[in-house]
Amino acid sequence: MKVMAQMSMVMNLDKCIGCHTCSVTCKQAWTNRTGVEYVWFNNVETRPGVGYPRTYEDQEKWRGGWTLNKRGRLKLRDGGRFKKLSRIFSNPKLPEIHDYYEPWTYDYDMLLNSPSGEHTPVATPKSLLTGKDMKIGWSANWDDNLGGSLETMDQDPLLAKMSEEVKAEYEKAFMFYLPRICEHCLNPSCVASCPSGAMYKRAEDGIVLVDQDACRGWRMCVSGCPYKKVYFNHRTGKAEKCTFCYPRIEVGLPTVCAETCVGRLRYLGLVLYDADAVAAAASVEDEHDLLDAQRGVLLDPHDPAVIEAARAGGIPEDWIESAQASPIWKLIRDYEIALPLHPEYRTMPMVWYIPPLSPVVDVVTNTGNDGEDADNLFAAIDKLRIPIGYLAELFSAGDPAPVDLSLRKLAAMRSYMRGVSMSDHRDESITEAVGMSGPQMEEMYRLLAIAKYEERYVIPPAHAEQAHDLEEMGCSLDFEGGPGMGGAGPFGSSSGESVPVAVENFHSLKNRQTSDRPSSPGRVNLLNWDGNGTPEGLFPPEDGK
Amino acid sequence: MSTSAILLWVVLPYAAAAVFIVGHILRYRYDKFGWTTRSSQTYENRLLRWGSPMFHFGILMVIAGHVVGLLIPRQWLYAIGINEHIYHLGATWMGTAAAILTVAGLIILIYRRRTVGPVFLATTAMDKVMYVFLGATLGFGTLATLVYQVFGPGYSYRESISPWIRQMIIFQPHPEMMVEVPLFFQLHVATACALFALWPFTRLVHVFSAPIPYFFRPYIVYRSRDESRGAGSRPVRRGWDPVAAPQPRGKRGSNR
Ligand code: SF4
Ligand code: SF4
Ligand code: SF4
Repeated sequence: MKVMAQMSMVMNLDKCIGCHTCSVTCKQAWTNRTGVEYVWFNNVETRPGVGYPRTYEDQEKWRGGWTLNKRGRLKLRDGGRFKKLSRIFSNPKLPEIHDYYEPWTYDYDMLLNSPSGEHTPVATPKSLLTGKDMKIGWSANWDDNLGGSLETMDQDPLLAKMSEEVKAEYEKAFMFYLPRICEHCLNPSCVASCPSGAMYKRAEDGIVLVDQDACRGWRMCVSGCPYKKVYFNHRTGKAEKCTFCYPRIEVGLPTVCAETCVGRLRYLGLVLYDADAVAAAASVEDEHDLLDAQRGVLLDPHDPAVIEAARAGGIPEDWIESAQASPIWKLIRDYEIALPLHPEYRTMPMVWYIPPLSPVVDVVTNTGNDGEDADNLFAAIDKLRIPIGYLAELFSAGDPAPVDLSLRKLAAMRSYMRGVSMSDHRDESITEAVGMSGPQMEEMYRLLAIAKYEERYVIPPAHAEQAHDLEEMGCSLDFEGGPGMGGAGPFGSSSGESVPVAVENFHSLKNRQTSDRPSSPGRVNLLNWDGNGTPEGLFPPEDGK
Repeated sequence: MSTSAILLWVVLPYAAAAVFIVGHILRYRYDKFGWTTRSSQTYENRLLRWGSPMFHFGILMVIAGHVVGLLIPRQWLYAIGINEHIYHLGATWMGTAAAILTVAGLIILIYRRRTVGPVFLATTAMDKVMYVFLGATLGFGTLATLVYQVFGPGYSYRESISPWIRQMIIFQPHPEMMVEVPLFFQLHVATACALFALWPFTRLVHVFSAPIPYFFRPYIVYRSRDESRGAGSRPVRRGWDPVAAPQPRGKRGSNR
């Protein structure tokens, strides 16, 4: 047994209101630079829907992740080392920019500077790739809230697996949001696909990163990831991906997307896992067994044998304590309500989801029944085979049983807690129906519904101790005048020595304010101004100068 | 011997080689972040799908041919049964095939670069200079093969250019060996020298990143957090070590 620690996230989909705050704050923090305009480390998809990039879940087409070979061993779906290198000059499975969308801005200058005339001036969209006028035809969330999905919904790879009649019913019955970030997989196929060895999984906390100094732009990681969560920066020619906000995690702060989530639905914490067991678990034959196999890889942090092995493996004491207090462990193993996204890709993803009960509740209440009554909800779960089949395609490789059980637990919690708060009546028959005790149910309620900040985010205090001294950007002036301070170096965009991420971001932001705008040359785009200082061009030139 | 011969066939190649080597070392030292293929495949794949593999596989064949023709003394080849006639046939025809593949690929790629909007916008000044010299080197090389070898009487560069190069490598230059060489070969060698001098400052550096170690490493790579940096993204600076609570007895590593 080789015990390793993994930072992971669980999202409670019931609470997601699809506000995209997480996407926007992540973008402001990490990808508001030229070259990654089209990149959303965090994106929120409306399901059913085609996703971002379009139809990424169709692995027959994109061939990401792992599969089993004839002898039952794991292999990269799109071929191993030889095949990868033979296709290095042109990667046939690389999504093109149009599979994401063509990024654009608006010619805001028209609104400000056009002479008075008969017609109201219009800010025309300009492509950020060509600088020319463009027609906007797709974006990262084009089918948001099922908008226009009559036209596109049949491209949803999961719906395509279901029948015609199902599709028709689906559209009126069931909609929910799916926020997605990189899964920081235990068996990451992106890392396995990287010819340069530039991608790695951090031994301490399992965060999967791209070494920007070692990446050579071979693009195999982009096609290798089945979730399409590695992106190609078309300006710098390097791959970039969600960093799990490691500079924040290291100092004990939650990720940007979690911290700013309006629904407070994200949980962060450590889990311990057995690194030696990963390969075997990822190669179980029946896809329906993958969920249990992955649960089995995670180790009980309260088990003395595990604690002993963790100590022997050099995991610090307070990390073990955090793993014991981890909300992730509780949601995945104690309550068994969180499920992984697409376990059938065999990458052992570590961002898990609590499936949404609210659409079921809506169905019940829309028919005039009591949506908090356990029997009504159980009956509805039994009846809503189709939506549950869809959820099962997402979270358990098509096996409805785990989704079913998870929803039943949520339904039981709902009606049990109504009894508690309305009449102080604890009806344990409800909780027993889903195999839980009353107090356990109340604990789960506390974690899911009250969701205190410090219970949602249990990030090892080993890093927190240093947080005060090493607060990011606390002293960013140290770097001023250093080499490679943003901008175009002698060898093209952003060449030169790499700078700490936070500083790079800071400078790119500054760059962005003063350059690269097809619209309004010489003026500052106020939408990108962070409110600090007065960048050149903020005010029109004074007269007489 | 004329000064120009010395300049062209001694000074220029050595200078180019020096720039090539020192340039690569410096670039690797100071610009790892800029060291990339700068692929433009995300913008456009229809033309690239053909052009890029044609060019790259072609140029790999061309390089292999140059190694055999220039660096390996012909006596060694005779010894393994490759006589003048066989060599000439092989070099001319395989060389021509490789040249056609490479040049056609390059033409597709340059056409793409010029006509596809986003690709053209992403082309740096250095790229353009590089394309000129790369195109010239390939063009003169192909011309020389066509004019002298395919349609001409055949020129035995293994009696002049090859020994000249090998003499250069062991630092005993013989510029006179190049003086009598036909014009297109001379141009090919001269532009190639210029290309080598430019090499470290262009995207061509990606040639030295050919991912051979991929064959020998395990699929999943683990790495430890960069301990030279503290938590967060700031490097720890001297005198600014984080204040840490004293280590409790018996607890290990809690202050990482
Ligand atoms: S989800 Fe993240 S860790 Fe997993 S394969 Fe994709 S990029 Fe790699
Ligand atoms: S963890 Fe950080 S980088 Fe990743 S999606 Fe969330 S905010 Fe973005
Ligand atoms: S911020 Fe939270 S509630 Fe809003 S879309 Fe993101 S995950 Fe959902």
